[in-house]
Amino acid sequence: MSLRNRELLTLLAVAVLTGLGFASVYIARQAEISAGSLTYAVFFLAVYAVAHLAARFATPNADPYLVPIAGLLTAAGVTEIYRLNPQDALRQSIWIVIAAALFSITLWAFRKDYRTLERYKYLLGLGSIVLLLLPALPVIGTTINGARLWVRVGPLQFQPGEIAKLMLIVFLAAYLREKREVLAKGRLKDFGPLLMIWGVAMLTLLATNDLGSALLYFGIFLAMLYAATGRSLFVALGLLLFAAGGYGAHHYVGHVRERITIWLHPWTTQPVPCAFNGQLALRQDCASYQLVKSLYSISHGGIGGTGLGKGTFTNASGGELIPFLKTDFIYSALAQELGLIGVAGVVLVYMLFTLRGFRVAHVAQDGFSKLLATGLTFGFALQTFIILGGVLRIIPLTGITLPFISYGGSSVVANFVLVAGLLLVSHQANSRS
Amino acid sequence: MNTSITRVAIFALLLLTAVVAATTYWQTWAVGGLNERQDNAIQRVAQLTVKRGRILAADGTLMATNVEKKVGDQTLYLRTYPTGRLLSNVVGYSTQAHSRTGLERSENDYLTAANSGINTLVDRLSGATVTGNDLHLTVQPNAEYLAEQALAGKCGSAVALDPRTGKVLVMATSPGYNPNQVEKDYAVIARTKAACEPPAPLLNRGTSGLFTPGSTFKVITMAAALDSGAYGPESHFTDPGYCIEYGKKVSNFSDQNGPEKFGLVTLTDALVHSINAVFCEIGKTLGPKTILSYAKRFGFYSTPPLETPVSERAPSGLYNGSKLFQPKDASEVDPGRMAFGQERMLVTPLQMAMVMGAVANGGIVMKPYVVDHVTAPDGTLVAATRREELGPAIKPETAGLLSDMLEQVVTRGTGGNAAISGVRVAGKTGTAETGTPGVNTTWFVAFAPVDNPRIAIAVVLENQRGTGGATAAPIARTIMQALLHSTANS
Repeated sequence: MSLRNRELLTLLAVAVLTGLGFASVYIARQAEISAGSLTYAVFFLAVYAVAHLAARFATPNADPYLVPIAGLLTAAGVTEIYRLNPQDALRQSIWIVIAAALFSITLWAFRKDYRTLERYKYLLGLGSIVLLLLPALPVIGTTINGARLWVRVGPLQFQPGEIAKLMLIVFLAAYLREKREVLAKGRLKDFGPLLMIWGVAMLTLLATNDLGSALLYFGIFLAMLYAATGRSLFVALGLLLFAAGGYGAHHYVGHVRERITIWLHPWTTQPVPCAFNGQLALRQDCASYQLVKSLYSISHGGIGGTGLGKGTFTNASGGELIPFLKTDFIYSALAQELGLIGVAGVVLVYMLFTLRGFRVAHVAQDGFSKLLATGLTFGFALQTFIILGGVLRIIPLTGITLPFISYGGSSVVANFVLVAGLLLVSHQANSRS
Repeated sequence: MNTSITRVAIFALLLLTAVVAATTYWQTWAVGGLNERQDNAIQRVAQLTVKRGRILAADGTLMATNVEKKVGDQTLYLRTYPTGRLLSNVVGYSTQAHSRTGLERSENDYLTAANSGINTLVDRLSGATVTGNDLHLTVQPNAEYLAEQALAGKCGSAVALDPRTGKVLVMATSPGYNPNQVEKDYAVIARTKAACEPPAPLLNRGTSGLFTPGSTFKVITMAAALDSGAYGPESHFTDPGYCIEYGKKVSNFSDQNGPEKFGLVTLTDALVHSINAVFCEIGKTLGPKTILSYAKRFGFYSTPPLETPVSERAPSGLYNGSKLFQPKDASEVDPGRMAFGQERMLVTPLQMAMVMGAVANGGIVMKPYVVDHVTAPDGTLVAATRREELGPAIKPETAGLLSDMLEQVVTRGTGGNAAISGVRVAGKTGTAETGTPGVNTTWFVAFAPVDNPRIAIAVVLENQRGTGGATAAPIARTIMQALLHSTANS
């Protein structure tokens, strides 16, 4: 069977799953929602068809499982968002259409050779920094939940950081491909440009108050540096640098210190000063409210979950019990309704995507392609870990999105472009062999 | 480059494996602990879909039940308390906004049928309403009502047990609160005014109120004195009106005529007239270790068992500030003052009722309990509490001697206000100084009838101008009369 037919078959299976998901939400919540919800299943079928056709024309030899996996995760996200608030699901669907369009455009534009990007590496590097700086600007920059990550132009609101991440990966892949031999020698002067760009990026991130992205970008950087040079010493040094930076941030940045305190001691038995209202309160009723409520949501799911559409997210008068549920804490909603069996399955799907991504890096022929696929895939996996690790109290919680599942336009668009990148590399590699 | 890419891939997969491991932890091991958390609103709201079990008094009076509320396509069961304030500090409350307390908290598993068998599981999976189990309490609501009435306007508590079984018959506290106000009118409860500071209307003073025992502690000193064989009821003392400790005079209780002075007395007289100087001498002779070891046999220094949450029960003993204090060396304690219940001794009314219960029950302390039995919605028995001995505190002969002496406290001593015609009552008064002249913590502890004890009781009042005999004894008498009446047939 050809690769694309295999993709089509897998997509059909995903479409059936999507339909089942919406049907079960509909059955559980008949009193509140209409049968029109089932049209979402049809909508996804159409989006999957477009993505599949784009891949069929532009990258016929690409990996057949990446698109279905992305489709499955996206559908899981919209199903849960729909169950929480149908209005939000509609908005998210519009973003998915835009994402599918950009996915197709990316495939089409670079179908001949994406490696022309290498020539514009410094432009991309600079561009990513400009994008990262955008939210720090007055007027258009917007602060949400303590982090300055959004840009608002008219009715549109997006996180330029998501696109900046992709540009940075392309830049690093190109730069490291060119310099990997000299870098491997470990001479200090060769690190100059890299360290400078990274210094600027880290400062930008501290200025925007967003720890999660700082960790994400630095992690991608270290992973790609290691992949390019094979020198674990660089990773050790990098981690030391990051630890020192983190220690400094812990001392001098209140936002960072608070995140770490919440992580270490989410519950207190004595009232502590509460920053929100200046009064004394138990930490679980103030600073760590979100984290603790999300843990309650996860644990309430238990092994089997409450069932899709049957979770408890509001109190008897309809008030919200968990803040930021559809964005940062979508995993806690899924964990409650699907239980351990369900969300372990979801994480397995993330693992599957990661495996396929690294397979693409393995079979790619040239250094740039290998590094590009490695960066894209590792970025995907690390981002998943940072948000889920934060929600699950493995690491301090930072507000970044869960790829494909979280509510948020920029995230879903960037992640579909990421899939397009992996398809392009994969197609190129498979066409040669 | 492939080797290093493989290593990066393995690292990435390890990160995601950690996510699965952490999820497993939170959804299995951690569940019990998180469900116990008071701020776990999700679990509380989710349990609103369970038709919570009812709570009934000993005579079947309904104390807690549900009202149905339709929200969307769900039926929620919200709690209501038909008897309002009655026994609210024991029953507790179950709300969304202020979590749970009392039996509503500690017996949540029974009330939500969380620990029931396969039928409930089938209900849960099929989406049918789960109905919880009913709690049947040991408390006599009529006597409880009279006790709460008698305490109204004062700060204090009354606890009555059945000395033969350990059943809690009355557990009243004042000020109290109306559990129906907790969800929406919490501010009303927070503004409660009372004759003490802080008013603490949510505190169950019966089990976690710590009070200076005053002369009621002499029951324990006397038990130690008799049981150790060092003294007998007829042992003689000469009371000069004071006792000398560390070179200083410790005087007897004083009225308008100054400190009382009794001269040549027997040990029985010392108890009947509550002569501090005599107990001070006994305390110095026995030493603090002996007295404390007897106190421990009665249950001091351990949190008294009961079905209410452990955080709502406090152990009795010597306290250093807010910490229970175990003297390592005899020199750390003033034995004379401890012997008549001052020093840093603090006790709960439940503990004092257990002491009197043990004296009434031939020296054996019974484990107190308030949940008599639990029934399923169809009426079948789910669980029944069995009477259980906590162990002997004193010999049966000591208990007999002490009973006679305590009876004389009521017939010819400080406890005359507790006398009930036709019933033999044994008791002991207590009037503990608070540091403010003329303001006392007053007590009366008792059991009755002496020949066939059915009730052991402790009554405490805060900030009283009179003595224990004048203030607390009449309340104890009222409650005992009501209980003798309502338990006459049991």
